[in-house]
Amino acid sequence: MLVALLAVVIGATVFLGMGAVYYDIPRQMGREFRSYGANLVLVSSGGNSVLSLDDAKRAIALLPADKLVGASPFRFETMYYNRQGVTVVGADFTAVKKTSPYWQIQGEWPQKDDEILIGTDIAEHTRLYAGSFVTLDIVPPKGRKISKELRISGVVRTGGAEDGFVIMPMSGLEGIMGVPGTANVVEISIAASGEELSRFIEVLQAESQGITPRLVKRIAASETTVLSRLQVLVYLVTGIVLFLTMICVGTTMMTVVMERRGEIGLKKAIGAGNKVIIAEFMGESTILAFAGWLLGIISGYFFAQIVSMSVFSRGVEMPFVLVLLALVASFVVTLLASLIPVSMSTDVEPALVLRGE
Amino acid sequence: MNILKLNDVSMVYGSVRALQNVSFAVRPGEWVAIMGASGSGKTTMMNIVGCMNKATHGSVVLDGENLSRLNAGDLTAIRRDKIGLIFQQFYLISYLTAVENVMIAQYYHSVVDEKEAMQALERVGLAPRAKHLPHQLSGGEQQRLCIARALINYPRLILADEPTGNLDKANQNTVMDIFHQLHREGSTIIVVTHSPEVAAHAQRVLSLEFGRLVKDAPTQRLCA
Repeated sequence: MLVALLAVVIGATVFLGMGAVYYDIPRQMGREFRSYGANLVLVSSGGNSVLSLDDAKRAIALLPADKLVGASPFRFETMYYNRQGVTVVGADFTAVKKTSPYWQIQGEWPQKDDEILIGTDIAEHTRLYAGSFVTLDIVPPKGRKISKELRISGVVRTGGAEDGFVIMPMSGLEGIMGVPGTANVVEISIAASGEELSRFIEVLQAESQGITPRLVKRIAASETTVLSRLQVLVYLVTGIVLFLTMICVGTTMMTVVMERRGEIGLKKAIGAGNKVIIAEFMGESTILAFAGWLLGIISGYFFAQIVSMSVFSRGVEMPFVLVLLALVASFVVTLLASLIPVSMSTDVEPALVLRGE
Repeated sequence: MNILKLNDVSMVYGSVRALQNVSFAVRPGEWVAIMGASGSGKTTMMNIVGCMNKATHGSVVLDGENLSRLNAGDLTAIRRDKIGLIFQQFYLISYLTAVENVMIAQYYHSVVDEKEAMQALERVGLAPRAKHLPHQLSGGEQQRLCIARALINYPRLILADEPTGNLDKANQNTVMDIFHQLHREGSTIIVVTHSPEVAAHAQRVLSLEFGRLVKDAPTQRLCA
């Protein structure tokens, strides 16, 4: 019976451990995926090239604060360096650090309005580097061409389009170009995927004005795919372990019934009916399932922590509903496994005790 | 009126005829010994009278119930309510104490009553050993415990299969004394034995040979 108890404990442990990880995978992996950039962007609707940052803030307020990792507005303008056009991006660097933590900066992040980052492609092409000064020619929407000397605080490498941009603080760009409080795009990083992310988009579409939310499909789709595959893996592992638990409990119970044939025969000889014998064994199975579940809660909690710390470097919560589901699973597996062995007990004849078998 | 009546009972296992056309009756309060060598049909007779097997031919009437017409569930009820079984090898449950081994028979019969179980142990002189496990008891004590378990539900018939087969002389005498006490109190006893000495305690001896009842005669009582 100790073997059967151990099997149920292991089954409950794996069920609880993998179940806790299963419940937590979207949260854990969502945070991991957030390091790969935004998964949602806001752009202007109705043919405008720019959107109001106030509208964007109102839209962002519709999203759950506990899931919002960051929201970073970007404004694109064209300036000239040595008469060659270059795209200058206004950005909120505090927000960029949250939405795009993968940006690699050689040098420092800009601290002042007249400090800039240049993309690594531009740096290679112009042989400029962190600490250099550069003069950009600007033609504001209203007014005459002006020149502005800016200090390069760092060179940015993202592996994306930013490598070909000049990036400066949003306030600095607004000071040069005027028209404050606007952006061409707002990148949002939110800890959600799949259907949940689609629901957020529906909410934004329905309740925000002048804003069109768009999914960053490259990120969102791969996130959904990885999550669903991980969850299938958890299903498979848990299912296989529960199946093995069932086999182990079944064979142990079969051995128990065989070893106790004499006792079963005696009980029948002194008046126990088949129903009583079955009820006694099922009662033992019930105690087995309950004890296995109780011990499994403790070991399952630690197992979940170990798995989560090893894979995600974070702890994991144990939802109460999972503990209840583990109770149900322990009972179902143990009682199902006991059905065949216990039914064998009805075949034991009381006469065998008189034959001395 | 007889408490047990076998009429032309036969038992066939494949081509083996374990019992052939056996007929006899036992009156209430009678002590009967069934004797015979190995293979004579003693155990088969015990199984049939103890409601653990059904005869392939003939009728067995126990306390007014025709066992031939009953199903397995009904036979279990008869065993529970009307028969007290005593085995040569005791068959006690190893993880239960002496008093619990008696109470388990109560449990299957009706309700558990520890006080009554203790009285049954007192009756066989085992009250001081009530909390001992079977392996802590001697062979004679284990057989007395088996008797206490058989008596606890006030059976109409006590069936004993070689009750002294595993006992020394002193314990054999103790057990037989208990049987005499039960007999004096009016219990009906059937003892299956190969020992003439044990059979001599009974009022009547039935002798079996090759499945046939060859002798049904009163004995001279050795002990009063």
